[in-house]
Formats: sequence, C-alpha cells, structure tokens
Amino acid sequence: MSDPRDELVTHLPAMRAFALSLARNSAAADDLVQDSLVKAWSNFDSFQPGTNMRAWLFTILRNTYYSLHRKRRREVEDPDGVMAGQLSVKPSHDGSLAMRDFQVAFMQLNDEQREALTLVGAEGFSYEEAADMCGCAVGTIKSRTNRARKRLAELMGMEENETYEVTDARTLAVLSGKPAA
Amino acid sequence: MSEKPKNRLDEQIDENLRRVYQSAVNEPVPDRFAQLLAQLRKSETDSEKSEADA
Repeated sequence: MSDPRDELVTHLPAMRAFALSLARNSAAADDLVQDSLVKAWSNFDSFQPGTNMRAWLFTILRNTYYSLHRKRRREVEDPDGVMAGQLSVKPSHDGSLAMRDFQVAFMQLNDEQREALTLVGAEGFSYEEAADMCGCAVGTIKSRTNRARKRLAELMGMEENETYEVTDARTLAVLSGKPAA
Repeated sequence: MSEKPKNRLDEQIDENLRRVYQSAVNEPVPDRFAQLLAQLRKSETDSEKSEADA
C-alpha cells in the first residue's frame, strides 16, 4: 500500500519557489521549507485525503514564515528597502537582465503582496483558494494582487497603453530607464 | 458577449511572474530534503518498533 506522504517530495520544488518568494533569499527559504516539511510530516493527520496537498503545504509554509517573521520583526526593525538591498537574487538560467530586474522589483513588494501574487499569478490558485490559505477574505486577496501588479508596474517603469516585450536586456534597459549592464 | 479582457500590462506582469517562479521551481532540490524525509520516516519506524518491542 502506498503512503500518501510519498507525495510530499513532488511538492518540494514548488515549496522552495514559494518559500523564496516569501523569505527572499535562498538560505532562509530552504530553512523555511525544512521547518514546514517537519511540521507537515508530524501533523500529517490534519491533511484531508483527496484535498489539494500543495495548498495544504503552502498554508503550513506561509504560517511558519509569518510566525518566524513576526518574532524577528519584534527584535530587529526592518524598514522597507533594507531587505531589498541585501537580496541575493540569482539571475535566471538564461542570465537575462530582464528577469533579474523583475525579481528585484518583485522583492520590493510587501509580504502580503508577494504572497498573493505568487499564489494567484504564479502558482495559479484561485482567489478563493488563496484566501483560504491566507485566512482572509477573497476581496482582500483580489485587492492585494491588484495593488501588487500596480506597484510592480511602477517599479518597472511600465505604463498602461504601452506594449513591451520584456525579453531581453536592451528592452529592459529602455523599460527601466537604466543602461544595459 | 464580451468578457472584459485583462489589460495588457497585467498580462505581461503575470507572464514575467510565471517565468521567474518557474525558473525557481526548476532549480534542483538539494539532497538535504530527501535526507530529511528519509530521517523522518526512519525515526517513525524506529519508534513504532520500540513500541512493538515494549
């Protein structure tokens, strides 16, 4: 008989990606995944078979992140921008500057915005699922994703009614008003 | 029937978002996680054994 926990391993890549979007550096992200995995294992009874295991794991992960983060925030004030300045964002495999700049802009969003956008925009959860996972109203998730998209557009220097192909360094240089490195 | 199209800017943002996210998903998972899972399973088996032995 197969153990339903065998499925856990298949969610690890997505858990790491989600953790990275929250923790913003890969060492902290992997610690977060590790803590979440231990919790998931020891509380596996609370997983309802037949429901979405990824959603369940992501819920554990974000709860773990917020409980750690709140504790830490009490100890060290972390004003906006400080974390962003310490980012260790790796360029994507194709090394494109566009992706890196997008990542840097993304990392400047607040926790709730990064979370909502990752769940809905990147992972493809419905607003309802994301609201369940975050323990908030559907409207809250909607407004977080809308604000996050708006803020990203500002940070990237993108404006509505203009079309961009964010695919290469030169285009991005034009987009961001910075010279291509 | 015209469904309100998502604006082009949002589409581009989501496309970038998915690409960045996908590249993170595609990263190889470090061995420590396989080891952790093996360890969790083992400690459980061990404690079951010791319960059975008791």
